[in-house]
Amino acid sequence: MDFSQFISYIASGTVYTVGVTLIALPSGLLFGTILALLYVYGGKVAARLMNLYSTIFRGIPPLVLLFILFFAVTKGINLSAFWAGSLSLGIVSSAYQMEIVRGALLSVSGDQLMAARAVGLSRLQAIRNVVLPQAVRLAIPPWSNEAAIVIKDSSLVYALGVPEILRRAQLIGASSQRYLLAYMSAAVIYFLLVFGTTKILTMLEKKLAIPSNP
Amino acid sequence: MSKPILTIKNLTKSYGENVIFQHLDLTVNEGDTIVIIGPSGTGKSTLLRCVNLLTRPNEGQIWLDDLEITAKGTDEDQVRQHIGMVFQNFLLFNHLTALGNVKLGLTKVKKMSDEAATKKAMHELARVGLADRANHYPGQLSGGQQQRVGIARALAMDPRIMLFDEPTSALDPELIGEVLEVMRQLALDGMTMLVVTHEMGFAREVADRIVFMEKGYIVEEGSPDEMFNHPRFPRTREFLWKITELYGKKDKDAE
Repeated sequence: MDFSQFISYIASGTVYTVGVTLIALPSGLLFGTILALLYVYGGKVAARLMNLYSTIFRGIPPLVLLFILFFAVTKGINLSAFWAGSLSLGIVSSAYQMEIVRGALLSVSGDQLMAARAVGLSRLQAIRNVVLPQAVRLAIPPWSNEAAIVIKDSSLVYALGVPEILRRAQLIGASSQRYLLAYMSAAVIYFLLVFGTTKILTMLEKKLAIPSNP
Repeated sequence: MSKPILTIKNLTKSYGENVIFQHLDLTVNEGDTIVIIGPSGTGKSTLLRCVNLLTRPNEGQIWLDDLEITAKGTDEDQVRQHIGMVFQNFLLFNHLTALGNVKLGLTKVKKMSDEAATKKAMHELARVGLADRANHYPGQLSGGQQQRVGIARALAMDPRIMLFDEPTSALDPELIGEVLEVMRQLALDGMTMLVVTHEMGFAREVADRIVFMEKGYIVEEGSPDEMFNHPRFPRTREFLWKITELYGKKDKDAE
């Protein structure tokens, strides 16, 4: 096996890595945002429940949750390793993303919400048109951090046998006995994915920045 | 006899043991400018917030025209669009341009078309002298300009009454004049206004009546002449003397 075959074998796992990330991150964002809105605007009981949710899922190692979901919970239904892994990571990420969105909502809310209500906007209109657009901008830097974590954590699904980058590196490393090259290749691919994503989000942050004089 | 637009009866607001004000009565007639003065922590801002239903009073009633807005089941959003509010810290929507700030209520609350809302908003911005700043964001405007956008935003809803909560207190002295000028013009145009301010020049010149509040009570109210020249209570004289001394120089600078 020549070098380019070696590398492309590992790199073809990128499809799975990106796939897992593209399921876990957006589903985590969707749930995280809904939960954060409930946390901030849903009253005391909702806030308590959300706090509990966040505490539990941030307190369990993602790999343990992965095993619970794949080997125990979904035993009856036919959930593939790929989907079980992606969804577990999505659940863990939703807890972190909830905290990110919650922080952003809280730092915009208060006065801006009051000003919007004073104009005559309903609570929902005020949250949608005044609080959320500003909160999104505040959330991008911490969110880009979370995106990097999810990309890296996607490597955990290798434990379920999903043939993503790390799994392939392990397989080809073992068969060729070239462990260093195999894992270094995996490391470089992960790094490029994280680096590229962070760059794109920084560009987005700059593009969405609200103009102001220095 | 002039028609009352805002009638406040026996209004009390407290947070637990802490009574902000109690048994307040106040009437604002159509076209009048009422200036409320008094030491800080007297409940002036809370009073404005009660009028705008941003906080609920514990007791008493408020009428806007013939509608009791403190009644149970009142549609708060409906009421608020008829009451313009200008805040001490401007509170513009930071992610929207001056035009966007003024338009938001028009498109979302009044459900105007984008075109009609733009036209109306530009008219209001021109009224406060900021038509040429329509596409600037709050962060690109001076404090005085931001506050004028805040006034335009409230005016755009064609309110029955405008509430001003210390509109110039957060401004650098050289920016106060432009905001007061807009307010003066509004009063001349016949807008009904309830203004909390420490600007004694404005109060003396523009107010139809001045209300002196202290420790949650209205101590005295009367015309500027009565209040400045023949106050009935020593406490009123003392406060006015002190505040004129403190702010008098700033007044002159601003004009």
